[in-house]
Amino acid sequence: MKAFFVGLVSRKAPLAAVLTGVMVTVAGLAVFGVRGAHAQNDANAEVHVLPVQGNVYMIVGAGGNITVQAGKEGVLLVDAGFANMAPKVTAAIKTISERPLRYIINTHAHADHTGGNEALAKTGSIIAGGNFAGTTTDIGNTASIIAHERVQQRMSEQKPALSFGMLPTDTYFTAKKELFFNGEAIQILYQPAAHTDGDSLVFFRRSDVVSTGDIFTPIGYPVVDLERGGSINGLIDSLNRIIDLTVPADKQEGGTYVIPGHGRLCDEADVVEYRDMATIIRDRIQDSVKKGMTLEQVRAAKPTRDFDPLYGATTGFWTTDKFVEAVYKSLSQKK
Amino acid sequence: MKSHNRMGLSVPLAVTLVFAAAPLWAQYEPVGEWAPRFHEDQPERIPGPDIGDYLGLPITDAARLRGDTWDASLLTLPEHQCKPHPSDYGVRGPANLRIWKEVDTDTQKVIAYHTHISWQAPERTIWMDGRPHPPEYAAHTWQGFSTGKWEGDVLTVTTDHLKIGWIRRNGIPRSDRAVVTEHFIRHGDYLTDAVIITDPVYLTEPFIRTTDWAYDPRQQIAPYPCESVVEIDRPLGAVPHHLPGTNPFLKEFSERFNVPFEATRGGAETMYPEYRLKLATEK
Repeated sequence: MKAFFVGLVSRKAPLAAVLTGVMVTVAGLAVFGVRGAHAQNDANAEVHVLPVQGNVYMIVGAGGNITVQAGKEGVLLVDAGFANMAPKVTAAIKTISERPLRYIINTHAHADHTGGNEALAKTGSIIAGGNFAGTTTDIGNTASIIAHERVQQRMSEQKPALSFGMLPTDTYFTAKKELFFNGEAIQILYQPAAHTDGDSLVFFRRSDVVSTGDIFTPIGYPVVDLERGGSINGLIDSLNRIIDLTVPADKQEGGTYVIPGHGRLCDEADVVEYRDMATIIRDRIQDSVKKGMTLEQVRAAKPTRDFDPLYGATTGFWTTDKFVEAVYKSLSQKK
Repeated sequence: MKSHNRMGLSVPLAVTLVFAAAPLWAQYEPVGEWAPRFHEDQPERIPGPDIGDYLGLPITDAARLRGDTWDASLLTLPEHQCKPHPSDYGVRGPANLRIWKEVDTDTQKVIAYHTHISWQAPERTIWMDGRPHPPEYAAHTWQGFSTGKWEGDVLTVTTDHLKIGWIRRNGIPRSDRAVVTEHFIRHGDYLTDAVIITDPVYLTEPFIRTTDWAYDPRQQIAPYPCESVVEIDRPLGAVPHHLPGTNPFLKEFSERFNVPFEATRGGAETMYPEYRLKLATEK
């Protein structure tokens, strides 16, 4: 990782606290409704740019982390932050590249990752030509928004309805989608039933960076959005997939960098620590489920108590109790 | 005669200038090759700590449960095999140590001290140029981000941005929110590093321990390459651990050394001499 960063606004509050608060609030509100999250967002939040490696940068503070890949062909984003943070995100992107925004990839449907879709896409343009350009009014006038089709379906189900410009324009339904952009192979890897049922990992193969969305959020317990098709086992499978993709450099450090959905820049060792935690807690609750314990009995046993000081919360939407409930229900669901 | 006088004056003047030019602390610099001394905490440092030995550690209940449920088989997973000790623990191991300094060629000011330790060969930089610590969203590393300053003859180092590590390598964790203060103290051919760990997550009080070395200019530290392999064929994603209340090894240490089990459970109280009196009274 490069040793410098660009602070667009000076920091006044501990970022971890801000990120934790934003994540907990946003992820929770997003579960209940995409639009509701917008009003809860802090428009005064500060946005920062952190160079990662290769062509990849990380923008923090706009909701979920935003990954930026930039080069001579233009700019690609993974996730878009909150809608009302779009001007700050646009300004942040301009400190990286003056080239047009070409792609936004949504890792999942929640508003802290998709809220900026429309506003950001309008600042860019996809390269379209041949007999395709001009046949549809907005072709070439905005950046393309890529996501798994379940993201588009989930966003389309929102009440009240999201504007058309918020929705992904380019969906895939297979196990993966590939791009080659700015001289780099980019793999968009579908992760079924993890944080939600529409998650994608985005792997920048030349820069050697993985962007995970909310499958990996090291500042809190994983949010398992059962209502939107998430599951604890799918989430752990995805964490193992990240570990499979990443190759550490010497001393189990660096090498492939990992941009989480929320929180600091990480590498494989950080994902391993998080995977271990999620697996151990899953195993404990699974054991309780096998013994026929009720949710209340499981809660009373405090199966997370050794990890709570690191990942737990007693306030906000995604409390430790909610996490335990989600894991319990996820493991109790009929196959 | 005149010339002789000049010589007579110039020798002590030169000597005076040499010492005046060198910073007073230069003779205390910890630069060089250092061989570890294991007279302190040898059982913990060389054979390694016993399972369930938390004596003298000011740990929280959460840390204790992490230790109770830890399974050493975790270290057989390929993704765990090549982890070096974090900087706050690295000095405890087979820690043949090299320290060298980096100097700005124009100003001759010390920019940084660098350290290299034999086991897993971690290298570390202690910045001396007053640079700020990175923002919270920057990556954490095994060695963390360290800045140093001289306090008299003592080099005091502050480290943050550490990865989640361990306070004792039997499962007692140290969080990534910990801040570590070190005091490097040189007494001639001996060097002491006093490490003070402040961890709001897994410690109830700051935890201090010291480690010593002897100067050894003949020391040659060998390379320490590490390549992970699959040692045990397991289902994908398996993470070895004990379910709470099922670890059969927790009392081995207590029974083998005839130490009261409650003392082996650790906690701040067990750090202090008064605790022995309390145990004697309770018997």
